Amino acid sequence: MAYSDKVLDHYENPRNVGSFNKDDSNVGTGMVGAPACGDVMKLQIKMGDNGIIEDAKFKTYGCGSAIASSSLVTEWLKGKSLDQASEIKNSAIAEELALPPVKIHCSVLAEDAIKAAVEDLKSKQK
Amino acid sequence: MKNKLYDMPIYMDYSATTPVDPRVAEKMIPFITEDFGNPASRSHPYGWTAEKAVENARKEIALLVNADPREIVWTSGATESNNLAIKGASNFYSKKGKHIITLATEHKAVIDAVRECERLGYEASYMEPEPNGLLDIEKFKSTIRSDTVLVSVMLVNNEIGVIQDIETIGNICRENNIIFHVDAAQATGKVKIDLEKLPVDLMSFSAHKTYGPKGVGALYVRRKPRIRIEPQMHGGGHERGMRSGTLATHQIVGMGEAFRIAREEMEEENKRIKNLQLKLLKGLTEIEETYVNGDLDKRVPHNLNISFNYVEGESLIMAIKGIAVSSGSACTSASLEPSYVLRALGRSDELAHSSIRFSIGRFTTDSDVEYTIALLKEKIDKLRELSPLWEMFKEGVDLEKVEWAEH
Amino acid sequence: MIYFDNNATTSLHPEVLKEMLPFLTTQQGNPASNHTFGRKAHTAIEEAREKVADSVNAHPSQVIFTSSGTESNNTIINGIAKAYSNSHFGYSSIEHPCVSEPIKSLAYQGFKTTEIPVNSEGMFNVADVNEETKKSLTFLSVMMANNETGVIQNIAEIADWAKKNDIQFHTDAVQALGKIKVDFEGLDIDAMTISSHKIYGPQGIAALIVNKKIDLFPHMQGGGQERGLRSGTENIAAIIGFGKACERSSQNIVTFNEKVKHLNAILEKALFDLGAVIFCKKSHRLSNTTFFSFKNIDGSTLLTALDRKGFAIASGSACSSKSSEPSHVLLSMGVDLDLAQGALRVSLGLESTENEINDFIETLKDEVNRLKQLTAVAA
Repeated sequence: MAYSDKVLDHYENPRNVGSFNKDDSNVGTGMVGAPACGDVMKLQIKMGDNGIIEDAKFKTYGCGSAIASSSLVTEWLKGKSLDQASEIKNSAIAEELALPPVKIHCSVLAEDAIKAAVEDLKSKQK
Repeated sequence: MKNKLYDMPIYMDYSATTPVDPRVAEKMIPFITEDFGNPASRSHPYGWTAEKAVENARKEIALLVNADPREIVWTSGATESNNLAIKGASNFYSKKGKHIITLATEHKAVIDAVRECERLGYEASYMEPEPNGLLDIEKFKSTIRSDTVLVSVMLVNNEIGVIQDIETIGNICRENNIIFHVDAAQATGKVKIDLEKLPVDLMSFSAHKTYGPKGVGALYVRRKPRIRIEPQMHGGGHERGMRSGTLATHQIVGMGEAFRIAREEMEEENKRIKNLQLKLLKGLTEIEETYVNGDLDKRVPHNLNISFNYVEGESLIMAIKGIAVSSGSACTSASLEPSYVLRALGRSDELAHSSIRFSIGRFTTDSDVEYTIALLKEKIDKLRELSPLWEMFKEGVDLEKVEWAEH
Repeated sequence: MIYFDNNATTSLHPEVLKEMLPFLTTQQGNPASNHTFGRKAHTAIEEAREKVADSVNAHPSQVIFTSSGTESNNTIINGIAKAYSNSHFGYSSIEHPCVSEPIKSLAYQGFKTTEIPVNSEGMFNVADVNEETKKSLTFLSVMMANNETGVIQNIAEIADWAKKNDIQFHTDAVQALGKIKVDFEGLDIDAMTISSHKIYGPQGIAALIVNKKIDLFPHMQGGGQERGLRSGTENIAAIIGFGKACERSSQNIVTFNEKVKHLNAILEKALFDLGAVIFCKKSHRLSNTTFFSFKNIDGSTLLTALDRKGFAIASGSACSSKSSEPSHVLLSMGVDLDLAQGALRVSLGLESTENEINDFIETLKDEVNRLKQLTAVAA
C-alpha cells in the first residue's frame, strides 16, 4: 500500500505523543476503536481557562494511517474552542493526508476520538 | 542479502517466494535463447532437445522426493497442482463418496479448490488444528466418514512452518481407502520427502519456493497403486492427458536444476539455517510480550512467526521497512483481515494482527539476522511508546475487561 | 539447422530477453507481498499488462494472464460452463484441440455442443450454421487464424453475426497475433486468447482477454490473483517478456509481413512448379504459413529426409505430431485421406532469409524427385 508523504511524515515523526492525567478536570479523554479491529485511538485535550484547547496528546494502536490521523488532529486541536473542535470532519483529515479509500475508517476514528474527548471534557465541566 | 545497488531491504520473505539461484538462471538461459523448440514438436531436433531437457528435469523432481519420473506431471505452479489434485481426484473417485477433509490452515489454493468442490455437491470438513498448529490424529480419525473420498493436508505450513505428521495421516487414509493429497510447496528442500515410503497419493510442488522460477510446478501422481485424476485442462494431450498445454521448457529446466541443488545441498543448508533461526528466536524473544506462533520443534528452520503484543501489525510492517517480511500470508496481505491461519490456532485478533512471519533461506546471513533483531527491538519500543494498549498493560489494566467503543 | 516451424514456437527475441533477464537473475518479490520487492514486482506486471492490452486494443483490466493458450481456452470454456449452466457450445471444425477438447468434455457433463464445419477452402461461413443451431447456440469459438493452413477467418462478420444472435463469441487469436492486426475492441468480441511463445516471447505465458459483460467463473481457485479469475503466483519474468513481445510484434506487423510475404511467394511458386497441392490457396492466409502435400509421396518420409538435410518443418500442429493421425483440419475440409496424410507445413519467421528459402527449395526438389523415383520403382 502506498502511503502519502504526509502520512509517512506523521508516522515517522508523530506529534504530541503522550498522556495527560485523565482525572484532571480540564482534561478530556476519548478512547475509541477496539484491539480486535486493529485500531485503538486515545486522544486527550487540555483546556485552558479561556475555554480554548491549549494542548492535545495521543496514543494510537493501529496502522500508519491511524497514527497519522491522530497525530494530525492533535495539531489541529490546539487553539480551538470545544465547538470548533467538534466541527473537525473526517473528510478534512482524509483529504489532508490523502488517505486511500481502504483507510478512510482511520479518519472516521479520529473524528470519533475528538468527539469523545470533547464529550468527556464537557461532562467534567458540568 | 541487502542489495546495495538498488538500496533494497533485507529479504526475509522466502516463504512468499525465493530468489532464483544463479545456478538455476544459468541453466535456464540457453533454453530461451538457443534451444527454444516446442517439446511437443516431434519432427526436428529443436523439439527433441527441448523434450530431452524436460525429461531430465522430470528425473530431478523425482529424485528429490524418491519417486518415479513417470509419476511427475508438470503444471504452472502449486496452485494449479492443488486444483488439479483436489478436483481431479475427488471427481474421478466420486463414486466412493462426496466428503473431503482438509485443514483450516491450508493454503488458499487448497481451501478454495475444496470450496469449489462443495459448490459441486461435495461436503467438506475444515479441521481446526491444535493451538500449536498440528493436526490431532484422534480428532482426524473421528472426522473420517464412510463416504470420505479425499484428504488434503499440507506438509509444511506457509505461515507458521509447522510440519504435519504426513506418514501417520497417510496410513490412516490407506486403512480407510481414502485418496491422500499433500501440498508440499513449502516443503521441498526443507524436509526430506521419500514417496517410496510415505503413504501419499498426490503431492503438489512449486519451483519458486525452492529457488526456481515462477510459473512452474508439478504434481506427483502415484503409479503403484495407481491413482487416477480427471484432467482439468483439455487440449493437445500433453502430460499423458493429465495436463494439456505447451510446456515452458526453460522454466521446467529451472525447476529441475533448483530441485537438484535442493537434493544435494539441503542437509548442509538446513544446519546453517537452523542456527540462524535459533539466533533470531533468541534475539526476538528477548522483547517483552512476544509469542511464537506454531510448534517450535515440529517446524522447518526457515520459518519464525512471532506476535508482538500491543503493537498493530501494519504499522509494524511500516516501521521495519528495512526488512522485507510479511504479516499473514502473502496472498492475503492486501486485505485488512487478520491471518486466518493464526485465527484457526485460536490466537486472538490482536495477536493475529501483530504477527510477523520471518522466513529465511539460502542467502540469509548472520548480519541480516543481527540487523533484524536490532531493528525490531528499536521499532517495537517506539510503537509501544505510541500504543495506548501498552500503556494500559503497564498500568495493570486487564484489557479483556475493557468495554471497547467499537465502530 | 534452418528453422521453419515458427507456428509451433518462435525463438525469443533479443529485446525480449533483455527485458526479462533482470527478472530471472535478481531478487524478485511475490507480487502479492506488501513490501518493496512485492510492490516492484506488482508494478512491473501492471506495466506489462498495459503493453499486452495496447497491442490488441483492449483495456488492461480485460487481460488475465494464464500459463498457456491451452489454459486460456480452458478458462473461458469451463468458466462459461460454470457461470451459465444452460450453455450450448459451438466451435468450428478446425479449432485447436485446446478449444475442441474442453468443449467435448463438457458434452459428457450434459452440455449441448455442436461442431460447425468449414468449407473446402478452410473458411467458416455463418450462413452454414443451420437455423436450429443458430437459435439455441449461446457460445461460439472460431479461431482467428488457423495454425496449420494459416487461413484467416472473417472474424468481424462472425462476431457481428454472433452479437445479433445473442451468442457469446470467443476467438483463439494465438496464431494471428503479431502476424495480422488484432483489434479486440474494434471487432467487438467477448473473449480472445493470445499467447507469448508464438510472437518471439517466452513460453509458459499467455492471456485471456475478456469483455466484462461476460460473467466468468474461475477455472482455478486460490490466492485470488488476476481479479480472482486466475489464482497462482504470477510468472513475473515471463509476463515481462510477454509484454515486450506484444509491444514489439504489434509495432512490426507491416515489416514482418513484407518480409515473409516475399519469401513465401518464392516458396509457393517453387512448390507449384514441383506439383505440390497448397491447401486453402484461394483463402486469405497468414503470409508466413504454407501447408502443402505431394500426391503419392509419403509425408513422414519427406519430413525425415528434410530433417536430415537440416530443415525443421512440421507435419501439422506440434501438439498432435506425437500421433501419426492425419490433420483433422484437412479432413474436415474434405481433403482426401492420402493427401492429408502427406501434409507438411512451413511456417516462416523473423529470422528466415531468402538464402534459406532457396536452399530449402533445392533440397526439396532433390528429395521429391528421389522419392518420386522410388515410388515409381515400387509401383
